[in-house]
Amino acid sequence: MQIIRNGAIVEDAFVHVANGAEIPAQGDVIVSLSRYVEERDALRARAGKVGVRLASNEEAHTVEPYLGEVALVAIEFPTFKDGRGYTTARLLRDRYGYKGEIRAVGDVLRDQLRAMRRCGFDAYELKAGKDIQGALQAFGEFSESYQGAADDPRPLFRRRNRAAI
Amino acid sequence: MYQYDEFDQRIVDERAAQFAGQVERRFSGEITENEFKPLRLQNGLYMQLHAYMLRVAVPYGTLSAKQLRMLAHIARKYDRGYGHFTTRQNCQYNWPRLEDMPEIHRCLASVEMHSIQTSGNCVRNVTADHFAGVAPDELEDPRPWCEVIRQWSTFHPEFIALPRKFKIAVGTTPGVDRAAVAFHDIGVRMIENEQGERGFQILVGGGLGRTPYIAQLIGHFVPKWDLLSYLEAVLRVYNTHGRRDNLHKARIKILVNALGADEFRKRVEAEWALIKDGPLKLDPAEFERIAKHFAPPAYEKLPDAKAELDKLRLGKDRELARFVTNNVSKHKAPGYAAVVVCLKQKDVPPGDMTDEQMDAFAALSERFGFGELRVTHTQNLVLPDVRVSDLPALHAELSKLGLATPNHNKLTDLIACPGLDYCALANARSIPIALEVMQRFEDIDYQNDLGELNLKISGCINACGHHHIGNIGILGIDKGGVEHYQIMLGGSAGYDASLGEFLGKALPQEQVVDALTKLLHCYLGLRHSVEDRLIDVVRRVGLSPFKEAVYGPPTIRQGVAHANH
Repeated sequence: MQIIRNGAIVEDAFVHVANGAEIPAQGDVIVSLSRYVEERDALRARAGKVGVRLASNEEAHTVEPYLGEVALVAIEFPTFKDGRGYTTARLLRDRYGYKGEIRAVGDVLRDQLRAMRRCGFDAYELKAGKDIQGALQAFGEFSESYQGAADDPRPLFRRRNRAAI
Repeated sequence: MYQYDEFDQRIVDERAAQFAGQVERRFSGEITENEFKPLRLQNGLYMQLHAYMLRVAVPYGTLSAKQLRMLAHIARKYDRGYGHFTTRQNCQYNWPRLEDMPEIHRCLASVEMHSIQTSGNCVRNVTADHFAGVAPDELEDPRPWCEVIRQWSTFHPEFIALPRKFKIAVGTTPGVDRAAVAFHDIGVRMIENEQGERGFQILVGGGLGRTPYIAQLIGHFVPKWDLLSYLEAVLRVYNTHGRRDNLHKARIKILVNALGADEFRKRVEAEWALIKDGPLKLDPAEFERIAKHFAPPAYEKLPDAKAELDKLRLGKDRELARFVTNNVSKHKAPGYAAVVVCLKQKDVPPGDMTDEQMDAFAALSERFGFGELRVTHTQNLVLPDVRVSDLPALHAELSKLGLATPNHNKLTDLIACPGLDYCALANARSIPIALEVMQRFEDIDYQNDLGELNLKISGCINACGHHHIGNIGILGIDKGGVEHYQIMLGGSAGYDASLGEFLGKALPQEQVVDALTKLLHCYLGLRHSVEDRLIDVVRRVGLSPFKEAVYGPPTIRQGVAHANH
């Protein structure tokens, strides 16, 4: 399927495997954190990459022990109104120093993308049926931000020599 | 006041362009109404009973004459010739059209204004003491701190989808609260410690609505340069742990009370410890840059005007004397005064102002001051820098505009929500009750005799009219399809924050003002002197005598109850 990664539309081969569903013998998969923990050895032994998916109520620290070995961390937005995933992504970057892919999945819409990127997301599975090409514009709508975030921890006042008027 | 630099201006311009695009995509059907809702809300656009409602941010209640003229222009061109000042120091329009929004936003941006985050589940416009910068009792001007918070919270990417709305207020006067700080999600109070260092008390979890709470003291003394990291820690705990399963239990007050203040504090301080020495630590140079914008204007060196004020208060012109007595406040600078102009005129909904009044008022703010004015959380305006010698001339001009009612902090200086006349949530109308009170108690001598008291009216339990914290509160409810009203007593929005209690069963509309009359008569009989305010009497004697005054003696009440069965 097509996803947005690092500001561009790319083909992506990861398959989401639901809890209880059979894990394909090969190919890249994304499984829930609980399943990853339970079947960790088998998952690591198979061919293909493995990413873990955090539900919106699973905090960043729950995945911390596995950050060195997973291919990506997907964070679920069950609805766009549930903003817990923003904090989760920020902590993965700022606190746990995670450098791999953080992917937004679920109810992911164009008008959230910029905030997501600022919080540390770098890949996005846009909600099915939405205009993925148009969504890229979301990243260019603002040229400045007041506050620091995962993309740049420095607030505006630390980035610019803001001469007094 | 704060003036945008190129960065501030660019951010607001880009926001206006972004929303114009979102409106276009809504019209084309690319985004659904459900998806559009949070976007329009975070741009201050509500869907009300009859039309959209636009809420324009007035950051911490400070406006320039130029900005007020633009508000007048928008009222004239895009609305029905009036605007409405709100209990959160903002300005609302009740009849804008969605297709006009991009142009309205461009108008606002041209005078350094916007409607960003005036609604939606995000950090809202920060509010402050309306006498900020001129009050003799403040430690320092709260507005630079508010501006610091405004910038930090504007489009904060981590907090754009909080469980619920989030309101912050700042006060800097020890022992005095003119901004209802204790009834905000976060109340920020500046204090000085024993070493003379300034810092903040951080109160969390205040709010009204269907579950009213007084905020609890969480941060006892947060050093001032650590303010933003502390706020970020509170917001992060809330974003992570606040309830999202039930809209009515999603405010931070519910979380604070479910965890208890101690556990909540523990979580905040654990988070804070990890971020307090990071990039959020405020830079004194940047703070100075912001604070400079709020430096006192070029006051003339004038002699103290206490004697002159006393003379005006006792003068032959009784209208002027009443106005100076009730509506004029002390000022830091000798010879100056702050003047409260009540938007509580008979026959006009509280807080409403016509485009012509706004234009004229803007001119007054230039003639009698430095072209700056304030909006109060009690839906009034303030001219902050009036020369005492100018008070007679100012009073004459205000009289011509119908804005000279000398009722500040008196019974008819009431606040009311828009109610069922406008609001989609309301159960009952608020404005007709407000207008009836203003007519019935128009006699200012009677109001002066009643002394300092406040009346707050809401048309439903969401409490936009702050009924819980009125000395007298009125709550509109729907009883079998008929509007009824419950009366509360004993609330206070001040430093002595308290929540009112219900007096008794709800009354039909035609009995409400009669009941108020009885209640006030009862108060006059119970008080020791005019300094013995209604709130003092209620706290001292409780509700019983007032119940009796309104509903009759207990035995009769029982009899009535039986008769009803």
